[in-house]
Amino acid sequence: MIASDVGMEFSFNRVAAMVRRYWYLLRSSWPRILDLIYWPTVQMLMWGFLQVYISQNSNFFVQAGGVFIGSVLLWDILFRGQLGFSISFLEEMYARNLGNLMMSPLRPAEFLLALMIMSIVRLSIGMIPVSLLAIAFFGFNLWALGLALAAFFANLILTSWAVGIFVAGLLLRNGLGAESMAWTIMFLFLPLTCVYYPVAVLPDWLQYFAWALPPTYVFEGMRALLIDHVFRPDLMIEAFALNIVLFAAASLAFLKLLQSARAQGSLLQTSE
Amino acid sequence: MFPPMDAQNASPIAVDRLVKRYKGVAAVDGISFRLTPGSVTGLLGGNGAGKTTTIAMIMGLVTPTSGGVTVLGAEMPRQRYRVLHRMNFESPYVDVPMRLTVRQNLSVFAQLYAVADIDERIDRLAADLDLTEFLDRPTGKLSAGQKTRVSLAKALLNKPEVLLLDEPTASLDPDTADWVRSRLERYRAEESATILLASHNMAEVERLCERVIIMKKGRIEDDDKPDLLLSRYGRETLEEVFLDVARGRRQSEAAQ
Repeated sequence: MIASDVGMEFSFNRVAAMVRRYWYLLRSSWPRILDLIYWPTVQMLMWGFLQVYISQNSNFFVQAGGVFIGSVLLWDILFRGQLGFSISFLEEMYARNLGNLMMSPLRPAEFLLALMIMSIVRLSIGMIPVSLLAIAFFGFNLWALGLALAAFFANLILTSWAVGIFVAGLLLRNGLGAESMAWTIMFLFLPLTCVYYPVAVLPDWLQYFAWALPPTYVFEGMRALLIDHVFRPDLMIEAFALNIVLFAAASLAFLKLLQSARAQGSLLQTSE
Repeated sequence: MFPPMDAQNASPIAVDRLVKRYKGVAAVDGISFRLTPGSVTGLLGGNGAGKTTTIAMIMGLVTPTSGGVTVLGAEMPRQRYRVLHRMNFESPYVDVPMRLTVRQNLSVFAQLYAVADIDERIDRLAADLDLTEFLDRPTGKLSAGQKTRVSLAKALLNKPEVLLLDEPTASLDPDTADWVRSRLERYRAEESATILLASHNMAEVERLCERVIIMKKGRIEDDDKPDLLLSRYGRETLEEVFLDVARGRRQSEAAQ
């Protein structure tokens, strides 16, 4: 395996260098920061008002207060987590800086950890203000979920990183020709992970696919909490176990794709 | 003339029967050479001759199809992390991030290369490369010549023992290009670095290099000191030698 090497000690100093590089980039550009906030805000407002409208005409939604807003906020953790990871990676391709990084002592694991940290930074910039707006507009306090929120967040962010790592491998191997994957791959999860409806709505055969995806357990767990007022640790443990498998598979795929990129000579020329 | 095979481990860069094929087409076709410590070697060749692929394999960015490369005793790309902190490069195929200021870029790369006393090193390089007044400007706002100097500063940050340069003065005006060459000469003299330089600029190669390797269609067509190449081909300049090689004229024909 190309990435495994003698003397491959991990350095948090190099991870910090990369985080600093992305932080400099982010703070140098207000459109980049605005972009992190405005779309989650639009989504939250749209689904929030829809929920208000429906709850005025349905007893179920009166009892299940916040389920739509909760869904949209948790979906944004999943979606924005992956996007934050992938956009930081894409910035290196846009800047034609990948060759510099690949030629530096930066290890792949350090690079990936820096991208994960930046995904949390970007997510925080977007989600914290939006969660506060949800309280102001709809009285929905995501933070009141407490430990359950921590479990939901941990599982969703792990999935988003696994997908981000796989996409980064595709980008290394195929250049910017694979860019659209970075923007759209998570939408495959939207219907299958049952963000806005229970798994039981799906046809029987499709439910097997749904239960193979860790976020499905999170969204089911969220509905159990908001509708039935029951926290389901069993769902979180199953999601975590699946996430471990998904993360390991994505990391392995990344290393194989990196190896293939070296064989194909695509690390220096990463255009389409 | 050049070190024997058993000196491979002592050679900063040793290339042994190196082959790279893309979909069956040989980009590099069985080349071998070894560089002596502290030397400056020019890698010449037309477009598609295999220079950039050769340099990419030396850097460990491309895996050879067969043959091998060792840099400072480490087999590339397998053992590259043993030596990446002791080498660096500059290439027209890569840029430093344009939105970051020069100082931010250099400090990030200095941290990646574990440079000791980063601020002092940046100030020293900025003074050497005439970048002090631009340190706090976004790199993207600089002229082409200034950006090249920033790339050179990045390449020299870790005081590399092995420096790989791919067209280091491409797209620069003659004055700036001359200025860059003088800085490279000074760096080599101060640090005894081994430099491999791919270039189309024959004047640059004549000035900087004590050895010239000429590639064509992935193979080494000739390999010698510049003055010996000139006398063998009976030419006044390396450009004429380059044209003889590029157009397939043999040494005996060229000398007539």
